[in-house]
Amino acid sequence: MQVIEPKASLGVAVRATIKRDITLVLRRRSEVINPLVFFALVITLFPLGISPDPAMLAAIAPGLLWVAALLATQLSLDTLFRSDYDDGSLEQLLLSPQPLPALVLSKTLVHWLLTGLPLALMAPLLGLMLALPGQSYAVLAFSLALGSASLSLIGAICAALTVGLSRGGVLLSLLVLPLYIPVLIFGAGAVQVVILGGNAAPYLAILGAQLCLALMLAPWAIAAALRISING
Amino acid sequence: MMAFDSFSALLAMGGHGAYVWSAWGLAALLLIGSAFHARAERHHLMQDLKRRQRRERHADRGEAHES
Amino acid sequence: MWAFIHKLGSPKWFYAISAKLQPWFWGSAILLLLIGSVWGLGFAPSDYQQGNSFRIIYVHVPAAILAQSCFISMAVAGVIFLVWKIKIADMAATVIAPFGAAMTFVALFSGSVWGMPTWGTWWVWDARLTSMLIQLFLYLGVIALRGAFSSRDSGARAASVLALVGVVNIPIIKYSVNWWNTLHQPATFTLTERPAMPMEMWLPLLIMVLGFYCFFIALTLTRTRNEILRRESAKRWVRALVADTDRRG
Repeated sequence: MQVIEPKASLGVAVRATIKRDITLVLRRRSEVINPLVFFALVITLFPLGISPDPAMLAAIAPGLLWVAALLATQLSLDTLFRSDYDDGSLEQLLLSPQPLPALVLSKTLVHWLLTGLPLALMAPLLGLMLALPGQSYAVLAFSLALGSASLSLIGAICAALTVGLSRGGVLLSLLVLPLYIPVLIFGAGAVQVVILGGNAAPYLAILGAQLCLALMLAPWAIAAALRISING
Repeated sequence: MMAFDSFSALLAMGGHGAYVWSAWGLAALLLIGSAFHARAERHHLMQDLKRRQRRERHADRGEAHES
Repeated sequence: MWAFIHKLGSPKWFYAISAKLQPWFWGSAILLLLIGSVWGLGFAPSDYQQGNSFRIIYVHVPAAILAQSCFISMAVAGVIFLVWKIKIADMAATVIAPFGAAMTFVALFSGSVWGMPTWGTWWVWDARLTSMLIQLFLYLGVIALRGAFSSRDSGARAASVLALVGVVNIPIIKYSVNWWNTLHQPATFTLTERPAMPMEMWLPLLIMVLGFYCFFIALTLTRTRNEILRRESAKRWVRALVADTDRRG
């Protein structure tokens, strides 16, 4: 006898995954707030460690903000698949009839919405504290929003690879950070070039291109990595 | 044609001896080291496998005596 | 063709064929490296700008080329293992990774040592050196990920995926580091790009590169054979082989 399953389209599955993940993350509010606090804290350390001189801070602000945001994103990666792995819902995801790459893409989208986007929105505020020159705030927020989407996608590959390991934390950062370098270079470069009076458009275009490439390839890599972590 | 007049000139490398020889030294060390490591690895593996098989043969013979 | 590949993929066949091949590769590696070293160190003319410190090129360039080739071959082996489940490919990838990391380290060390007489500092954030450093981290990541899994098969597949992700990223990293470098340092003096290298400098370099490649192939063959012995020790043909060498002493 043939088992008749309710006809659920891909769109419904994706929407359901997104809704479920947002609800779950919002229930554990610390997962959203902790990266933001970490970001603010790291930015606070630098004037204390280097110098409170506004001219000096302004010179290093683009790089500082980008590196701190990147580290905050990286720290939040560990929770991306962890709780789903622990309670077995990741296995359910793998068994579902919908294509896995689409489902993990929606999970990554939620990660970006609740980590990358808040970081991007918060960055101008911290830029103010670092005496970031006036014309660069919009580019800072926009480059972070664009870049952190790539960061979420690349990070999700490595998070999926290490989710089955009991002590994956340090290993995760070893895997992730080298792959983040291209995004860092163009993201921080965009802000810097605006400060120097140039045009940030080429940098943002390359960040967009990196995002397109990541969108094209990463979902499949994440899906393959999750299969390895679950079945291994 | 030799580029150096004497052996000491070769060692000195026109004042850059320390740089040239340390770079070459590390490369040589790692290459030779990895070659010998591969050899030693094979030797240890073989010894290990031989010992295990001998032990198994002895165990088999022991069982045969008992029965 | 397919039959041949599957035969090659069987550890027993590989073990037999590599036994015949490996002396040739070891022999030519030793020969080429000896000739190249003597020629490069003693006979090649010194550079009119850099003097004798340019002789570092004969280990720096082959190591750098090999560091990249190792990563690519590791990723190719990873694809073969993931798609066709050929175990030999993963054994090769396992033994290539540490050697590739060692070559990356040699390239970094020799580049940095070369920087002292040419630039006056031990480390310059030069595009090549920087992307080489990132590549070293990628190697370490692959090795660490493989080691972190308790099941060998999962570790092998995870390392293959990571090697593949890395090999897609290496060109992007190179490109962005180049961009970053031109943004931050106006027109530096590059180490290896010279308008024309005279023949008597270039030939020993070619010999050294070939020698390094032969060494890489020979070492990979030998260590893959070791991996076979380690992983297939319960198979009948390995037991027969061990018993045979045991009898002969």
